Amino acid sequence: MDESQSISATSQAAISPPLVANETRKNRREKVGDTLTFFLMAFPALFFLLIFNYLPMVGLVIAFQRFRFQEGIFGSEWVGFQNFEFLFSPTSGVRITVNTLGLNALFIFTTLVASLFVAIMLNEVRESLVQRFYQLSLFFPYFISWIIAGYFVFALLNTNDGLVNQMLVSLGYEPIRWYSSPEYWPAILTLTNLWKQIGFWSIVYLAGILGINPELYEVSQIDGANKLQQVFRITIPMLSSLIIINVLLSVGRIFYADFGLFFHVPRDSGLLYPTTDVIDTFVYRALRQTGDIGMAAAAGFYQAIVGFVLVLISNWIVRQVDPEQALF
Amino acid sequence: MQLSRPIRRFVDNSIVHLIMLLISLGMLIPMLLILSASFSSEAALSEYGYRLIPVEWSLEAYQFILRAPERIIRAYGVTIFVTVFGSAFSLFITSLVAYAIARKTFRFRNVVAFVVFFTMLFNGGLVPWYIMITRYLDLRNTIWVLILPYAVIPWFVLLLRTYFARLPEEILDAARVDGANEWQVFFRIVMPMSTPALATIGLFLMLMYWNDWWLGLLFIDDPDLMPLQLLLYNIQNNISYLRSNTMTRNIVIPAQSVRMALAIVAMGPAVFLALFFQKYFVSGITLGALKD
Repeated sequence: MDESQSISATSQAAISPPLVANETRKNRREKVGDTLTFFLMAFPALFFLLIFNYLPMVGLVIAFQRFRFQEGIFGSEWVGFQNFEFLFSPTSGVRITVNTLGLNALFIFTTLVASLFVAIMLNEVRESLVQRFYQLSLFFPYFISWIIAGYFVFALLNTNDGLVNQMLVSLGYEPIRWYSSPEYWPAILTLTNLWKQIGFWSIVYLAGILGINPELYEVSQIDGANKLQQVFRITIPMLSSLIIINVLLSVGRIFYADFGLFFHVPRDSGLLYPTTDVIDTFVYRALRQTGDIGMAAAAGFYQAIVGFVLVLISNWIVRQVDPEQALF
Repeated sequence: MQLSRPIRRFVDNSIVHLIMLLISLGMLIPMLLILSASFSSEAALSEYGYRLIPVEWSLEAYQFILRAPERIIRAYGVTIFVTVFGSAFSLFITSLVAYAIARKTFRFRNVVAFVVFFTMLFNGGLVPWYIMITRYLDLRNTIWVLILPYAVIPWFVLLLRTYFARLPEEILDAARVDGANEWQVFFRIVMPMSTPALATIGLFLMLMYWNDWWLGLLFIDDPDLMPLQLLLYNIQNNISYLRSNTMTRNIVIPAQSVRMALAIVAMGPAVFLALFFQKYFVSGITLGALKD
C-alpha cells in the first residue's frame, strides 16, 4: 500500500510539473516526520516507565526464588512455592488479607457516605466566603503528609499527655493506652482516613451536584417537595452513576492499602498488628526489617495478581454501567 | 404548627451552618493542637500535656531551630531541590507524552497510551522495584532516587491528555499551515494555551514531591540527603538526629516542642499551596472526576 503510493508519487513526478511533485513529496515526508516527532515526545516518559515499571515486572519471579542480593534475579536458587507458606498462617497471610479487605471496605463505605453528606451540605451554603472557609478546612488534610498526620494523631492519643486521655481523666474515666490496644484501631484508622479523604471526595460530589439541572429542583419545589425529599428523590438518583463508578473503582483497588496511613499513624507498633497490619506494611517489614525477601516478594506477587483480577472485574462492571467511564 | 417560609429557611440554614462549623473545627483541631504545642514551653508540655491553648507560652522550640539549624537547613534544601527540579522535569516529560497521545495524527497513539495506562492496573510490586533501584540501577543514597521514580505519574498524563485533546484543532492547524512543525506547535501554541492545566498538574507534582517520605524511607541513609519528611520520621523516636557534628553535647534539645515546631515548619509550604491555589487543585480533581 505504502509502496504503491510512493511509486505513483514518483511516476507522477515524472509527468506533472515539478512544483506539484515537490508538494506531494513534502507532504509525505512530513507525515513520517510527524510520527517520528511524536515518538520522540513520548520517548522520555516511556523510558522511565520501562525502567521503573516494566522491567521490575520481570522481578515477579523472585517470589519463587531464595533471593540473594549477590546472585541477583538470574543467579538465585529456585524454591517453588515455598515462599508462599505464610499465606496460610493465621498471624500473617490470613490476618493481612482480612485486615486489608475489611478496613478498605470500611473506608470505602464511610468515605462515600460522609463525603456525599458534606457535599450536599456545602451545596446549601450560599455565602461564598463561608463556603470557601468550610471547603478549605475540609480540604486542608489533603495537603498534609502521613508523617505529620501521624504527629497529629499522636498529640490526640498519646497515653500520658494526649488530649483525648486528658479529657477522659477530667471526666473521671481511666486513661486508655491507645498505642497498645488493638481493639480501638479499626475505628481510629477509619476516622483518620475520613479526615484525610473527605475534602477530596466532597469536591468530586459537589461538582456532580452542581452539574444537575436546576429545573429539576424548581419543579419539585412547586410540587411541594421539601429539602430532604429533594436529596433522596433528585440529588442521590442523579449522582448514582458517579457514585457507582467511584465505588467500583475503589473496590478494584481494595487489595492495595494506603501504606502511609497503616505505617505512620499506628507508629508501626507491634502490639497493634492484629488490627493494623495490612499487605503493604507486611511486605515492607519483610523486605526492610526482617530481611525475608522471598516472603516479601511472595506477598507482593499475591497482591499484584489478586489485585489485577479485581481491577479487571470492577472495570468490566463499570463498562456495563457506563462505557465512557471505564478505564479501558 | 406550620412555620412560615422565611423562618423555616432561617432554621434550615442555621442547622447547615452549625453542622458544617462543627465538622470544620473537627478537621482543624489536630493542627491547632500541634501549633499550640510548638509554642509551649517544654516544661509545661510535659506537665500538662497537649492543650489547645498553651499553658505557658514559649518560643524555645523555634529558638532552638534557629540556633542549631544545620540538619534542618540541609533537609529543607534537599526537599526544595527535589520539589523544584522534580516538578519541572516531571511536568515537562508528562506534557510531552500527553500531547503525543492526544494527537489523532500520531499513528501509535493507542499503543503508547496503553503502555502508559497499563501501569495503573498492574505492577511488579515493592520488592522487584526496590531491587531494581538498589541493585541494578545503584541509585541508593543519591539525590536522583528522590526524583526519578516519580517522573511519570500515569494519572497526570491522563489529565493532561484530556485537556490537550479538547484544544481547538483549527488553531493548531493554522500554525501547521504557516509551516510550524509539531515541536513548534507544542512549544509556541499548545504550552501557552494550556497554562491553567499545566499550573494545576505542576501544583499536584509540587505537593507530591514536597510531602514524599516513601522514597527517602526506602533509599536514603545518608544524613546529608535526608529530605524534610524523612527527618520528621527519624526524630519521631530519636531527637538526636538533629544533632550535627559541630553541635556541643551539652545542649539539651526540648524534644517534644521541637518535634511539633518542626512539623509546623515542614507543612508550612504545603498549607501555603492549599491557601492560595485551592482553585487549581479543585479544578484538577473535578477534571479527573468528570471527564466527559
